[in-house]
Amino acid sequence: MPDAALIDLAGVSKRFGAVQALDGADLLVAPGSRVSVVGHNGAGKSTLMQILAGTLAADAGRIAIGGQTLEGHYGVRRAHALGIRCVFQELSLCPNLAVFENARVMHHALQGPGWRGRARRLIVAALDEIFPGHGIDPDRAVGELPLGQRQMVETARAFTVTDEPVRLVILDEPTSALDATAAEQLMRFIGVARERGISTLFISHRLAEVLTHMDELVVMRDGRMVGGGAAATFSEARLVEMMGVVEEKEVGPDAGPRAASASAAMRVQDSVGGAGSEFVARAGEVVGLAGLAGHGQRDLLLRVFAAAGHRAGRHAATRVAGSVAYVSGDRQAEGVFPLWSVAANTTIGLLRGIARFGVIDLGREQAAARRWREQLGIRTPDVGMPITGLSGGNQQKVLVARAFAAGADIILFDDPLRGVDIGTKRELYASVRRAAEQEGRCFLWYTTENGELSHCDRVYVFYQGRISDVIEGAELTEERVIRASFQEGAAAVA
Amino acid sequence: MLALIFLRQPRAASYFGLTLLLNFSLPLVFAALSQLCVIALGDIDLGIGPFVSLVNCIAATLLATTPALGWAALALCVLAYAGMGALIHLRQLPAIVVTLGASFVWLGLALLLLPSPGGAAPDWLQAATGWRPPVVPLPVLLAIVAAVVGEWLLMRTSYGAVLRGLGGNQRAIERAGWSPLAGRAIMYGVAGALGVLAGLATTGLNTTGDANVGGQYTLESIAAVIVGGGEFFGGIVSPAGAVIGALIMLLTGSLLSFVEISSDWQLSAQGGILILVLALRAFGRRPAA
Repeated sequence: MPDAALIDLAGVSKRFGAVQALDGADLLVAPGSRVSVVGHNGAGKSTLMQILAGTLAADAGRIAIGGQTLEGHYGVRRAHALGIRCVFQELSLCPNLAVFENARVMHHALQGPGWRGRARRLIVAALDEIFPGHGIDPDRAVGELPLGQRQMVETARAFTVTDEPVRLVILDEPTSALDATAAEQLMRFIGVARERGISTLFISHRLAEVLTHMDELVVMRDGRMVGGGAAATFSEARLVEMMGVVEEKEVGPDAGPRAASASAAMRVQDSVGGAGSEFVARAGEVVGLAGLAGHGQRDLLLRVFAAAGHRAGRHAATRVAGSVAYVSGDRQAEGVFPLWSVAANTTIGLLRGIARFGVIDLGREQAAARRWREQLGIRTPDVGMPITGLSGGNQQKVLVARAFAAGADIILFDDPLRGVDIGTKRELYASVRRAAEQEGRCFLWYTTENGELSHCDRVYVFYQGRISDVIEGAELTEERVIRASFQEGAAAVA
Repeated sequence: MLALIFLRQPRAASYFGLTLLLNFSLPLVFAALSQLCVIALGDIDLGIGPFVSLVNCIAATLLATTPALGWAALALCVLAYAGMGALIHLRQLPAIVVTLGASFVWLGLALLLLPSPGGAAPDWLQAATGWRPPVVPLPVLLAIVAAVVGEWLLMRTSYGAVLRGLGGNQRAIERAGWSPLAGRAIMYGVAGALGVLAGLATTGLNTTGDANVGGQYTLESIAAVIVGGGEFFGGIVSPAGAVIGALIMLLTGSLLSFVEISSDWQLSAQGGILILVLALRAFGRRPAA
């Protein structure tokens, strides 16, 4: 008689506004097994883990733990009682509390006289077992520890037991902040935990690590599972293939006009990643930045921005010729001035052109705003209306207009089309193409959606802060991008 | 600072002298600890001064004449504070604004009770604040007790750790299954109770009620907490430090009079000390890893 599965998720769905994060995801985890969930950005891995850990509620689907289907409210305390622990990527530690006090926070049973000694012994024992030689003082405030040690504390804490046994530990990118030694120790301990019947659910982008240490793999794409099985039956290449997106890629740009740009003015040169990791962009080019989020693309954009304006944060290895404008993807935090009108938002980068003796000429402001509205097809009857009245896509167009209106030679796109509707996207692609070909502007376009890269003349794929592959427009394939996203040193074979 | 004072006026270095010097630290010590509870959560209480005045007025009127009503009123005050904390959490309101609004409520209520200074402190209260314990002057004794109890409750108990964690990383506390609503309400309730103690101490010392007596306590209590090692954000506080901070704030005034600088400079001096302490701390701060 087979053991009841420890975790049995069926048809779990979750929607955030217009985004379907999970679309009928299934997952089976046996007791005492090491399972890894892999997938590209936005596949739904973190959402699924949060639902399992009790910090998010699913919209639909069945969750069964230890053979029993869950009814009623399922939250963190219940998850804990059922033996499920989760170590999130952004740590759940209180920086002002000592290490042992943070252990107490997780365990409601650590109270009464002598709790301090018990808490200390508990966390030190876990740290000693998982990361021998860690050198962490349990009385130190967590905020004083370096990131790697904080990660060790949080991971060790997840395995500590007081009155509720541990049956499953969910680890979301646990080795990203650990050095090689600690990462090795953790992987070894996960094997030891398996002997004790503790299952581990492991999310990681390090495919080599996953293939070596895991028993089972599950591949996710677009909110559901697309494959899985024993780790031994997979190879990195097969995983990469399974993770890619199905849609037909649009045809790349014509080779004709591009050839002429080789002699165009050099706009950006950056070699921070070291020799062999050089980034180059010329006038009239649309250069794409790809790879998993947080692997150095944004840092490059910010370096270019700093270098162009001779601001703090510029790097000696970054050289920029020309003025620069930055279009942010996080329009709430970094882009839109929500209390202002469309016209004001558009022309803020252009003030010198519309001001006379330091006073803004409102007539010129309106005229400029209207001109850009036509150019980019911004859907608003009146440029004087508040920008918050526009749809998200149109707001994003205003931000792009702002960059164009400022007359910049280099425009930095920081994933600006995330969450924008497809119609608006197509219009913006056309505007970018036009600006590059007719006005000779240079675009540095960071996007997390690989399909958008087909609009680029050249794509640089980033991995761990360095460029892992340079792909010319004609040779661009989704698979090549994904492969480079997951490993260093582009494969010579396409 | 004590040494400087004793140098100028040797007679101050006596039981009686110390009592006189530090007597009025009593209300400030409690007010500082009350403010500490709120600052530990990353908030600020701008209403503690008027709240102390309100308690003072209640004590000088209701408590003396109809004690039952007086105690009920004080209990309501504590509950009101706890309610404030709950409201701040439930509606995600900035505490600085809520407590500022509450300050006008406290002041209004105080004026309703005593439009002009008057009333009389209950006898037992006067006796309590006038008590002369052997060897150690009362204010020193109470300061030590307050520091010890405060340290133990907030820094050494298991739930105290959770409450401080609430100020450090609320999400983490929530994820560990604790209720931030309960935590906030409890801390604010304790702050209210300490505010009541401050008001009672004021009443005992002044023997009358005055709706404007608590005026300077708000800013002085904040200064006391910060000088004592607390920080505005992050849940980093020290109860013993806050008590010492309160004593320091009080002693600057006395020191200035002993050195015969006019009391006009007192406020500036206190501000100057605050800036000095914060500047020194910024230099000596260990950089976060």
